Amino acid sequence: MFSFLCSSLGKKYLMALTGLGLIGFVIAHLIGNLQVFAGPEAINSYAQTLKDLGPLLWVARGGLIVLFVTHLTLALQLNRTNQMARPIAYAKADTIKATLTSRTMVLSGLLILLYVIYHLLHFTIHIIDPSYTALLDAQGRHDVYQMIIAGFSHPVITTTYLLAMFVLAAHLHHGASSVFQTLGLNNGKYRPITSLIGPALAFLVFVGYGSIPVGVMLGWIN
Amino acid sequence: MNLTLHIWRQKDRNDTGKMTIYKLEDVSPDMSFLEMLDVLNEKLEVEGEEPVAFDHDCREGICGTCSLMINGKAHGPRASTTTCQLHMREFKDGDEIFIEPWRAEAFPIVRDLVVDRSAFDKVIQAGGYISVNTGNAQDANCIPISKEQADIAMDAAACIGCGACVAQCKNSSAMLFVAAKVSQFANLPQGQAERYARAKNMVAVMDDQHFGSCTNQYECEAACPKDISADFIAQLNRDFMKAGLTK
Repeated sequence: MFSFLCSSLGKKYLMALTGLGLIGFVIAHLIGNLQVFAGPEAINSYAQTLKDLGPLLWVARGGLIVLFVTHLTLALQLNRTNQMARPIAYAKADTIKATLTSRTMVLSGLLILLYVIYHLLHFTIHIIDPSYTALLDAQGRHDVYQMIIAGFSHPVITTTYLLAMFVLAAHLHHGASSVFQTLGLNNGKYRPITSLIGPALAFLVFVGYGSIPVGVMLGWIN
Repeated sequence: MNLTLHIWRQKDRNDTGKMTIYKLEDVSPDMSFLEMLDVLNEKLEVEGEEPVAFDHDCREGICGTCSLMINGKAHGPRASTTTCQLHMREFKDGDEIFIEPWRAEAFPIVRDLVVDRSAFDKVIQAGGYISVNTGNAQDANCIPISKEQADIAMDAAACIGCGACVAQCKNSSAMLFVAAKVSQFANLPQGQAERYARAKNMVAVMDDQHFGSCTNQYECEAACPKDISADFIAQLNRDFMKAGLTK
């Protein structure tokens, strides 16, 4: 079993499965966040529910860290093997049909890593702006609603988030469709359909997450 | 037509090699690409220079011997065509054409544009066959195979092993080649006995030969002169997974 997982295909299965897990998180996180449009009560009570999970929350966080680290480590390993497989580049290289997003997966992945670190420092650990910790609503819960408004009141931060979501969407554009090929779920009939899943998810993720900072900017959330 | 050719010249395996520029005049658009190189070589010989070494054999597009990366595309700009079947009418007067060997750690350069593709042979030796006891061949129709199933197997078996998939792949991955060689048997009753061992063993040797891994960009199927579909890669992914999880 160990040699199976250490083969190039085994590593790719793990890439696909961990990627699938992370996609699940991206979707769940999006659904959770979109509650901001339902008003302060919805998003603040949702945040409180998550916090009340206590140790379970740390189990979930631990799971996410394992997924993220595995995905990242294997990506770098496979990428190194791939680079060593062509030590001398073509003097004139060309691309027939590989998409731009598929050719920039390592770059978009590393940018997502930087973004995730920033995002955690910003909205979870509150290091970027420590005043977020003191934001409490009428019931004494952490006021996530006000924190989101405060967070996206700075044009620089808003732009950074929108750019980060664009990069995430680019990564998913190739990654989400790629999962099906790697796990062997494609055939002549399914590939035209599964190849649309990446672009569709990329669009939903960009519009979905992007709607929050844009919503604050346009005063929909106030 | 007059052309400027940028050709990779390398004396032997140990030479570092470099791109060299040649001017070639009065090229007929009716020449095949290899005939154009033949004309260049005759000219070089007259001038006392070493001719450019390149692989070729049948010149009918069926043997898998010819190669060449032409302007960054394996077997040149025309889809579903080997270099030997490519004609100069695909190019324009005054064009600059870059001609390079397949680039892959697994395919070391022997000389100029000739690469050693024996890594493919090693993959085949690991399971690209069906073991049968010797004796009389059985009746051709005693194992029923549907037309549809036979067609799928034949689509995979169309692979001529030229290596264009490896050359075009951004990662020098041999997945399309291995997938075709696994799938041509996986889709026939005769291939079932060794199906999963075959997938497992051929992938193991593929990894040993320093090919890269697949990133599902499908450059391989776009470059393949025989239109082998990357759907076969999905089939190999399926079979290898089953082999790893159950055998």
